[in-house]
Amino acid sequence: MSALPSNSERTEPHAAPSRDVHARPGRPAHAPVGLHGQKRSVVLALLRKELLVELRTLESIPGMSLFTVTTFVVFHFALNQDSVSGQEAAGILWVSLLFAAMLGINRLFVADADQGGFDGFLLAPVDRSALLVAKAISLLAYLLVLELIAVPAFALLLLAPPLGQTLPGLLAPLALGDLGVAAIGTLVAALAVRTRARDLLGPLLALPLLVPVVIGCARASSPLLALGRRGGVGGLPIRWLGTLALYDLVFGLIAYAVFDFLLED
Amino acid sequence: MRSPSLRALSISTVLAFCVSLSLVFFYAPIEAEEGFVQKIFYLHVPLAIVTLAGFVIGGLFAIAHLRTRDARWDLRSYVAIHMSLIFGIGVLITGSIWAHASWGHWWVWNEPTLVSFLIIMLLYATYQPLRFAIEDPERQARYASVFAITAGAFVPMNFLAVRLSASYVHPRVLGSASNLPASMGFTFLVSLVAMALLYATLCSYELAAKRTRILLKARSRILGFQ
Repeated sequence: MSALPSNSERTEPHAAPSRDVHARPGRPAHAPVGLHGQKRSVVLALLRKELLVELRTLESIPGMSLFTVTTFVVFHFALNQDSVSGQEAAGILWVSLLFAAMLGINRLFVADADQGGFDGFLLAPVDRSALLVAKAISLLAYLLVLELIAVPAFALLLLAPPLGQTLPGLLAPLALGDLGVAAIGTLVAALAVRTRARDLLGPLLALPLLVPVVIGCARASSPLLALGRRGGVGGLPIRWLGTLALYDLVFGLIAYAVFDFLLED
Repeated sequence: MRSPSLRALSISTVLAFCVSLSLVFFYAPIEAEEGFVQKIFYLHVPLAIVTLAGFVIGGLFAIAHLRTRDARWDLRSYVAIHMSLIFGIGVLITGSIWAHASWGHWWVWNEPTLVSFLIIMLLYATYQPLRFAIEDPERQARYASVFAITAGAFVPMNFLAVRLSASYVHPRVLGSASNLPASMGFTFLVSLVAMALLYATLCSYELAAKRTRILLKARSRILGFQ
């Protein structure tokens, strides 16, 4: 609990942004401005707790990885193809990763909602967006571990061009796609988790919001996954990577702006 | 204040529609390539513009709600999005009819505007399921506002992404008002105004109905009917 600010910090007058006139008395909604170190330690503490819980329960990552590998097998039979390349390969890879991510998104806040994690967090006098940042980073970590398993499995099971040739170019779309999924997924998970039909609403909300991410990632990675691709692909992937980065940035900022309002009771 | 503005809005909507429909059928020229079918342009495109504007306005109302915590802004945001959803179904239907008439297919994937509109509709279709899956009214309003803001920002971003995804091979001719002849452009503008007036009228009717219902509930609770 060393991450929490002391009482004297809590009552600093300059610590109240204009939004705080609506916050309940006696409990600041935001950490003091300018104390980045303090906020970082809150995020780190929350992140440590997230990863520790995941390490001890192994609720998300093994399920997500197994789901992706199974999906590749399903795609093999559904398409009746031994190997895929180009746009088809990019589509299969991204659809599988997206649906696996959906499993993680659905579980992201369940423990907090059901077992009093939200209440505990709200009792602590810390910036609420720290929870968003910590959850998004932990979702990002889940996705990275997932891809460490899923991408080699995809190369082994379905991909026609050798992985060594495609992997370096694939890193950028994977990273940008993960950022987008992490930002949007965390926001959607927080929106859906305290509703009656959360398992249904999470994917229903997330999929349309993630369509632009899929467009960007699939288009950016399809020339990389093509058989016999030429060295210079031209400006096309750059355009997609730029769009992806812009989309990630906009939705990261939106999630940061609206997340506080989801955690008020 | 409520009833005269409703009456004025209704009358001006009817008048605007009379003018715009007469312009569409008697003033605007028949388009050379598509013929009479092109008249649906004056219905479809204003409908789509008003729908998207309604979604964005719903998001702006939601911002006002989160800033002021005034439940009336939430009601306005709800009504704007609800009405846009209804208009949006009209957009998809008229768009399909137009696509079938001019391209021979009910659905065309390489028309980015149509595709992005579908994605936006799919997103907004979850607005009411999300809202009514939350019991506590205050939290319901807050979560709905968060959704409305996120989705309102998604509208332009999605258009950008889908527009980029369609290659530059397909030039965009239809649906852009800039290269229309003057008579068509004028008719289009009048139709747009009429459609916006219709949207505003229907929204105020729904708002009036909702406010009346809330008032009635409050009164009957005071009088001890329930």
